[in-house]
Amino acid sequence: MMLSKGLKRKREEEQEKETLAADAWWLDPSLPAAAQAPPAAASSSLFDLSVLKLHHSLRQGEPDLRHLVLVVNTLRRIQASMAPEPTLPPVPSPPAAPCVADSLLASSDAALSASMASLLEDLSHIEGLSQAPQPLVDEGPPGRPTGGSPASLGALDLLGPATGCLLDDELEGLFEDIDTSMYDSELWAPVSEGLKPGPEDGPGKEEALELDEAELDYLLDVLVGTQALERPPGPGR
Amino acid sequence: MVLQPSERHHRDWSHRRLGPWCSPTGSPAPLSCETGCGEGSWILVCRLLVPTQVSLLSMEEDIDTRKINNSFLRDHSYATEADIISTVEFNHTGELLATGDKGGRVVIFQREQESKNQVHRRGEYNVYSTFQSHEPEFDYLKSLEIEEKINKIRWLPQQNAAYFLLSTNDKTVKLWKVSERDKRPEGYNLKDEEGRLRDPATITTLRVPVLRPMDLMVEATPRRVFANAHTYHINSISVNSDYETYMSADDLRINLWNFEITNQSFNIVDIKPANMEELTEVITAAEFHPHHCNSFVYSSSKGTIRLCDMRASALCDRHSKFFEEPEDPSNRSFFSEIISSISDVKFSHSGRYIMTRDYLTVKVWDLNMENRPIETYQVHDYLRSKLCSLYENDCIFDKFECVWNGSDSVIMTGSYNNFFRMFDRNTKRDVTLEASRENSKPRAILKPRKVCVGGKRRKDEISVDSLDFSKKILHTAWHPSENIIAVAATNNLYIFQDKVN
Repeated sequence: MMLSKGLKRKREEEQEKETLAADAWWLDPSLPAAAQAPPAAASSSLFDLSVLKLHHSLRQGEPDLRHLVLVVNTLRRIQASMAPEPTLPPVPSPPAAPCVADSLLASSDAALSASMASLLEDLSHIEGLSQAPQPLVDEGPPGRPTGGSPASLGALDLLGPATGCLLDDELEGLFEDIDTSMYDSELWAPVSEGLKPGPEDGPGKEEALELDEAELDYLLDVLVGTQALERPPGPGR
Repeated sequence: MVLQPSERHHRDWSHRRLGPWCSPTGSPAPLSCETGCGEGSWILVCRLLVPTQVSLLSMEEDIDTRKINNSFLRDHSYATEADIISTVEFNHTGELLATGDKGGRVVIFQREQESKNQVHRRGEYNVYSTFQSHEPEFDYLKSLEIEEKINKIRWLPQQNAAYFLLSTNDKTVKLWKVSERDKRPEGYNLKDEEGRLRDPATITTLRVPVLRPMDLMVEATPRRVFANAHTYHINSISVNSDYETYMSADDLRINLWNFEITNQSFNIVDIKPANMEELTEVITAAEFHPHHCNSFVYSSSKGTIRLCDMRASALCDRHSKFFEEPEDPSNRSFFSEIISSISDVKFSHSGRYIMTRDYLTVKVWDLNMENRPIETYQVHDYLRSKLCSLYENDCIFDKFECVWNGSDSVIMTGSYNNFFRMFDRNTKRDVTLEASRENSKPRAILKPRKVCVGGKRRKDEISVDSLDFSKKILHTAWHPSENIIAVAATNNLYIFQDKVN
């Protein structure tokens, strides 16, 4: 793989996205672009940037669906290019995120785990709710499964540690009157030691674990700061 | 916000020629002659600064709207974010030009009447009516604020003395009636001077009121409000050729309305997956066929266009035609999907073609050929190597619109740095023009602009790295029959016409 003259790119910190080089600088014009894989460093920076965009988008009260979908699809492409194994399951999550989420959930109270899953469901429920009495804006077939397993999430799975962000801002405000004193922050202490390696693919692993620690800190901050939430009563359940 | 120079090397651009239809960007070649037009150079007719509420009040006394426009010409202090123009649309005769802004306001301009003495003022537009179409709302159920920004305005064809238009924000479509009043009934004798009803016992005769002329008053009244039918953000509205129905499209659904009925609509397209987590594609634009009231098209974020026939079934989830161009493997990148996302789709006036705008190109499709467009025009291909930075600063998500001229021979779309581009489909020539305050002298001839893509920069050229990405021309409109165009640049509305000898 040929680099353009004079361009050596160091591995960036996730936060320093402003030093990103121009797109496709690694491409040798004499060879078809499709045959040239970008170096892992470039993909990883783009990946981080996309995850940040996803977080930001989901934090909006009402995310711009087009923006969200495009970022998610781009993230999937980057993910696919970072993982050499074609047998990667279609769930496009950052390598260690589901295991972080899994271990957290495994060590938590069953009700809390259900509430986290249902909060993620809530995102689509809330989007589907409308003031109109018309059946037009119905949320599809009744009897939709509630509280699905977090590991099978699609787009929202990409959030990984950012699932925490759903717990603050607008959604949190809805549950202010709920007594959450039985859930205290000590519950989360063992997690930082319990990070298991994910069922993952080789080369992405080191970077993924590096990614993890920052993301893990973030997740812990969010969860500890927010307090666990009880499962909220929702319409039609 | 200017793109940081991120390339220290100069690439060889010879392999990135513009499409076969275009001459090098910014060549001063004039566009082909239209009937009744001259050279094809463009001149500025007027620059209209939509006045804010504050300034309107202080200018109450001033009835000469042209003076209002001119006095604001150099005044930046009144410009607020609410004044950012978000949609521009001529009516079917071109007599009226409507703009909608971020503050939920609609401003309608009317063409100045031509007079023999002042032929040079052809093409000037003055403020005709201003009204607040949408207000910010709060959705209590979701704890969300609904923006009052006007996403689209569409005119209804005129059927009587009044004008009707549809305006929409993210959630609600409204039908507005704009009418003139120049007479007032006078001579009632049922009330006294202070307006109190007189004691009927004191009234011995009944005086029939007489219509007396008064100063022209233009009033806008909301006639219909079509609400509560969209869960997601409305991106398009389109009036059907039957003039009885229209459609509104949001990210996942398209609804069909009858103008007379506001409490229900038919859902004709629904691409919402049962599980939102499986969502990979959204609707980006939709439009009815100009002549066939059963046909419409909608575009998607994946660069596809579907033509649907409402006669086939009530729910048009299955398309009649599916337009998609296969991906060019040599241009493949992580951003391929984002730049293929269609931001606007427009039928030609003839109804034979559709035009689509994606991030870097404008494409013309023949309705009879689904596998590829018949024409592709590069709007700003020099951005192809900057996609990463444009992704970073979100510019890659900008939604540019595109328009046909009246005879479907020229197409126009906007770009950055307040540039806009025109492509002549017949001569295959194109031009880049700029809507800027520097060229704001009325009747000034617009000089074609050129972007330098590498190597030595000529005197008049601007380099890619100097482009101002905060100055984007997203909304433009073309008069239905003449070469008069309206270009919205932030809170400024520029009106240009072709130079007539």
